[in-house]
Parts: sequence; structure tokens; C-alpha cells
Amino acid sequence: MRLRALLSGRELSIVIALVVVVGVTAAVRPAFLNAQGLHDLFLNASVIALLAIGQALLVITRNIDLSVGSVMGLTAFLSGQLFLADVDTPVVLVVVAGMALGAACGAVNGALVAVAKVPALVVTLGTLYVFRGLDYGWASATGVRQVNADQMAPEFLAFGSGAVLGVPNLTLIALVALLVTGYALHNWRSGRELYAIGSNPEAARLAGIPAGRRVFTAFVVSGALVGLAGVLHAAYFGTINASVGTGRELAVVAAVVVGGVAIFGGSGSVRGAVLGALLLTTITSALPILGVPAFWQRAVDGAALLLAISLDRAVMLRVAARLRRERGLRRA
Amino acid sequence: MSPVLQLRDVSKSFQAVRALRGVSLSLHPGEVHALAGENGAGKSTVVRIIGGEHRPDAGELLLDGEPARFSSPRDARQRGVAVIHQEPVQFPDLSVAENVFMGRQPLRRGRRIDRREMHRRAAELFDRLGVPLDPTRPTRGLSIADQQIIEIAKALSADARVIVMDEPTAALSAVEAQRLFRVARGLAGRGAALLFISHRLEEMYQLCDRVTVLRDGALVSTDPMAEVPHDELVRRMVGRSVEQLYPERRADVGEPRLVVEGLTRVGVFRDISFTVRRGEVVGLAGLVGSGRTEVARAVFGVDGRDAGTVSVDGVALPAGDPRAAIDRGVALVPEDRREQGLVLELSIERNASLARLRDVSPGWITRRARERALARRWGERLSLKAGRLTDPAATLSGGNQQKVVLGKWLATEPSVLIVDEPTRGIDIGTKVEVHALLSRLAADGLAVLLISSELPEVLGMADRVLVMHEGRITAELPAADATEESVMRAATGGGA
Repeated sequence: MRLRALLSGRELSIVIALVVVVGVTAAVRPAFLNAQGLHDLFLNASVIALLAIGQALLVITRNIDLSVGSVMGLTAFLSGQLFLADVDTPVVLVVVAGMALGAACGAVNGALVAVAKVPALVVTLGTLYVFRGLDYGWASATGVRQVNADQMAPEFLAFGSGAVLGVPNLTLIALVALLVTGYALHNWRSGRELYAIGSNPEAARLAGIPAGRRVFTAFVVSGALVGLAGVLHAAYFGTINASVGTGRELAVVAAVVVGGVAIFGGSGSVRGAVLGALLLTTITSALPILGVPAFWQRAVDGAALLLAISLDRAVMLRVAARLRRERGLRRA
Repeated sequence: MSPVLQLRDVSKSFQAVRALRGVSLSLHPGEVHALAGENGAGKSTVVRIIGGEHRPDAGELLLDGEPARFSSPRDARQRGVAVIHQEPVQFPDLSVAENVFMGRQPLRRGRRIDRREMHRRAAELFDRLGVPLDPTRPTRGLSIADQQIIEIAKALSADARVIVMDEPTAALSAVEAQRLFRVARGLAGRGAALLFISHRLEEMYQLCDRVTVLRDGALVSTDPMAEVPHDELVRRMVGRSVEQLYPERRADVGEPRLVVEGLTRVGVFRDISFTVRRGEVVGLAGLVGSGRTEVARAVFGVDGRDAGTVSVDGVALPAGDPRAAIDRGVALVPEDRREQGLVLELSIERNASLARLRDVSPGWITRRARERALARRWGERLSLKAGRLTDPAATLSGGNQQKVVLGKWLATEPSVLIVDEPTRGIDIGTKVEVHALLSRLAADGLAVLLISSELPEVLGMADRVLVMHEGRITAELPAADATEESVMRAATGGGA
């Protein structure tokens, strides 16, 4: 009962699915559950979770950001470039620079969506390639094809793979981001207004909600989180080239939708999105152990996305039919 | 008592259309004021000006005797003026309480939303209104009547002193309407000024203290409600006696042309059976949302059907195939001409020929000359008032747009014509022309199915009236037995 109060039905099903996947995989190969295995799993999931938190903010407002992979690539590459320029660059500065670049990319997306009124799907499909182009252009102009661990500050790498009381730093950062955004969405007027905008844009306009400003802000915040994810990716992997993050948008959107954020906005939570990210990452790590070739990963993400959307739609239709019947009964 | 809100000599134009000409109106605390007028008389413009959506071109709006200018609906609401729309726009995913308090949620320390306080206040408001709604449930699935109550609660929570109800009863059952009237009287009793708009005159007599009549954008009169008899009110609204609005008809009814049997679309309507004969006009009445338009769409094949048959002149139509319906001589003039009937950017002649593209395009290429000849022929028959036939359809007035849509479908020389709200939002003159045209078409042997929310129109035009309630036909009345009362009773589920 306690659990039921803490988690929505959707979140509970994800937790159950997680237990099943982990159980089956551990049965096949118990090593899946050893410290190193879990550590790797959480690190991978943490990066996707940060992206999913940002994406959830946007999807809740009936928007979407397909350029996340490219923005993440840009900021990861920026971290490498900063260390190439000066290997003693302070880690804090790298993190701040990455978040700032991410926020700037978000501001470009946000301005095109909120001010120029271009649909987010189109804007971010465009910037997906524009930002990636800039990334490659930068690499080619500076002649930097790859940045390796030995070219980065040791503190940076230590930060990426470090842990506090056994919990990886990256996971702690993702948790903090989750708590802060979750709190704001639930308790602040502006947070509730994001839901309102996604639930019915026309009603939001009539209620006097500054929808443009809110959506723009959501893009900037989401961009900053993506920027952070890019920097953390660099710190964790220690090897960067201009193609980091390619194709990530699929996994991120899938995580958000699997996590119960309605693709047409208005409902869902960042907690659900993070659980979705955790589930999809776990499935991805379990596939090779279960003997499924790695090239199926993307297909699994895509299938999860389709399944979640079909499920949402089916549930929605049933609820609508039930509500209609109940109303009919009451009137009669 | 001095008025809370006044309009003084207000005028408003939209492009070439003069929606309001020198209209004055004053709303007093504790009074329910009726605003009467035909479609297109300017009622909605008055509502939008009072509600802060539009600003007057000339004249002024006074709040507590001071000139005021509302920059937006929100601005109006903050100054105590709220509009309850016929179909409220809400946040279906959010709770009832959040819908009431969006943007104004009670806060506690740290600018956190105080949910408990919000639910408490919402419950208190619903208590005051005498309607037990659960503040924590999502708004999705609530009836329109309950959604209106949420809007009223929203207005109350913002201390609204002026409440405009814009045709709130159009989609309500009789019971729900009575509940709304109780709420409205309660609001007036506590000193609010109400402006009430309705198509049903009996409701005005039941609820209102004074009545202002508008016609063609101008003020006709303002009087105490009880001093204006029913017939006089109608005469002022339409500017002529009602008989003249509808043509003299003697139905010369022949064999069945459109036969619908057991038509069902799960969750929308079920077991719909009726026949429309050659030379007959059959009216389809019912409240907004009763399923009339949906039946028409399924008959025409735009929407599919789950059960039942539709046949025209004895030939069964396949389900969900509008092309087949057109080929068998069915034409549907849809409810929303701007969205579904016209391509506003295209020229009048292009629009007129859209349903006959095959005939104006022998081979692959559309022939301009044929297109033009077609448009000219129908333009003349319908006395279309247009600058040039090459102008975009968007430049026409509502009435003339409707004529283009009608012309487009009449050009297919149909045997069955389905018209959905053919005179909504068009001026009286054009209305009379449309009625005469429908009558003439029936006399020429067409079977006409007329869907309309305006009871007088259904009663004035139809040889037989079908009434729908919540997806079913609840009555079939010959013209002689169809009265406002018998139709409304069936439309609100009271049985015939």
C-alpha cells in the first residue's frame, strides 16, 4: 500500500518490468549483478536519465527536442577542446561551460519554437543536423579527431568515475537533478503551468499563462541538462570525438514515453522518465548477456516507444469510454 | 443602484463587416440581464468586448463609472469581469481544483503551492454553488454542465462582479439547465451583475430581469423582461414577423430516397433508422453533442459505422466511402464551413468546382473556362454577392461563403442533400434565401435532411422532425405535432 501511494500505476509497472529483466538476466549470468556490473549500469543510466529529465520538461508542454544527441556531442567535444587548450582547466569551469553551451543551444531551439512559432518537431529535427554539423566542422577546423584520456585532467576523469559511499558521482548528480526538477514541477506555479500548457494550449492562453516564456525556459533548462550530460559522458568515458551522442534522441524520447509522460503533453512526471531511462538502459545491457546481438538495441528502443504509445492510446480510449458511460448512467 | 459595467455607444468592425454600431448596455449589481438577438446580431462581439478579447473601435466601456480598457481576458478577469463560455476550455489532465486556481494557486512558505488549502477553497466554492464536485479528480470526462460550474467557481474565486454567460444552456439537459439557473440566481442574490445569452426565449423569461435586443449589430431596445411579450421579443429580434422567414411549403412527397437502418457507431450513436423521401425536408433536431452531426458524417461515409445500412434510391452504400456516396448523389454541406466546407485561400470559382473536379477536368487538366462557367451558373442561381469569382473565398461574408459551399454541392446535382447548420452565423436576408432555396430543391424532387440547433428553423422548414438525445432518436414528429415543447422534451431525454 505504501508503494502504491508513492508510485503511479505506470511507475509501478516499470519497477515490476525492471525486476523481471534483472531477475531473468541474473539467472542467466549472475555476474550481471556484481558490483562492477551494477556500477556500469548506473553510470550509463545516469547520463540517459539527465537527458530524459530535460526531455520530460519539454514533452509535458507538448513539445519535443530531437537535437539532444547533437547538443550532447557538442558539449562533450567542448570539454575535450578545453583540456587540449589547457590541461589544467578547472573541472568546475568545464562543467559550467558545457551547461552554458547546452543552454545556448536550448535557447536557439526555444526561440524558434516560442517566438517564431515553428513546431518543435521541425525545429529540433533541423538543429539535430545543424548542431552536429557544427560539431564536425569544429573538429575539422581544429584538426582534432579524437581527445583521449591522457589529454584530459586526471581530476576530471576521477570525477567521472568516482563515487560517494559506493554511489557513482554521475548517479548522485542525476538524482539531484531529478529531485530539483520534480520539486519545481510539483510545487511551483510555473511548474504546474508547464502541465497546463501541454494539456490545453488554448485554455492556457485564456488563463493568461505566458506560454512562450515558459516553453522557452523549459528549452533552456533542458539544454543545460543535456550540456551537463555531455560533460559527464566525457568525464566517464575519457575518449571523445565529434560523433558522441549520435542517435541518442531515440533512446531519450523512448525513455520519457515509456516512463508515462504523455506524448501530447499535460501529464507524466520526471520520476517516471528516469525510471523509463533506467528500464531501457537495463534492457540494453541485458541483451548481449541474453544472447541478443547488440545491433538490436535501437530496434528495442523503437519497439518500446511504439508499445508505450499504443498502450497510452488504448488506456485513454478505455478511460474515455468509461467516463462517458458513467456520465450517461448518472443522467438517466 | 448604479451600474457596475456599461457600454456606451460602442462600435466594432472586422475588416468590412460592421459587427456593432453604437451599442449601449448597462449591467447592474444583483440583476440578470438578457441579451437577445439572432445569430450575427452582434451578441458574441458584445461578449468579447466585455470579456477583454476585443477592444471597441469607438465608444467606451465603463467599469464602476470609470472608463476602462481591458488588454486581455486575464486583465478583465483581474478586474472582476468573467465570461463563462458555452463550451469551456479547460486542462483535462489537471485536477478540478487546479483548473479553478491555475496561475492563482494559494502558496505557503517558499512559494510552494499549498494543495490542501487549494482543495479546501475549491470545495468551499462548490459548496457555495450547491454543486458537489470533487476538487481532486481530473477534469477529463466531466460533463459540459460540470465544466461550466468549474468556470463559475473560477470567476467566484477571483471575486468576479460581472459574469457573462454566453449560451451556457446550449448543450445542457433540462435538469442541468435548472441547476445552472439556481446558481445564477444565487450569484445575483449576492450582488453580482449577470449577462445571460440564450437562444431559448423561455429561459430568459424564467431567469432574467431585463432584456436588451440587438439586431444587425445595432441596439433595438432595453426593457424589463416582463414588459416584453414573447411575440414582440421575436419581432424585435428578427425585424419582421416569423412567418416570413420560412417559405410556404406544400410537400409533394414521393418514394423513399435515403433509407438508414440500424446505423450504429459504438459510443457515439446507436440504432439510428429513418427515411427521407423525394420532395421531403426532414429536420434533425437535438442538443449540441447529441450526435446529429456524427450521424450525418457516417451516412455520408466520412466516418465509418459499426452496424447498420445506408441506401440511396434502393442501392446500398459501402461504409466509410464518401466518394461512393457522392457518386450515388449524396451531398453533405458541413457544419463548419470555414474548416470543412471551403478552402478559404482558393478562389471562389476553384471552391465552387471542387466537388466536380472530374467534370471540369476532362483528361488530367482542369479547364479554367469550364470551372468559371460552373461557378457563374451557380453564383447566379444563388444570387451570390461577390466582387470577382477569382477572389479568395475568405473575402466573402459568412452568408455568401455558405452560398459557395451550397453551390459547390448543388453542382454535383445530388438527389440527397444533407445540410448541417446551414444558416449559422449568417444574416437574416441570406437566411431567408437559403430557406427558400432548400424549399425549392425539395420541390424539384431532392430529399433534404436538415440539421439545425435553431428550433424555429427546424419547425418552419421540416415536413417531419427527428429528435436525437445522447446518440439515439427519441422522437419522430410530423410537422403538425412538432412544437418547441415537444421537440425540447425529446431532445432532453423526456420522451415524446
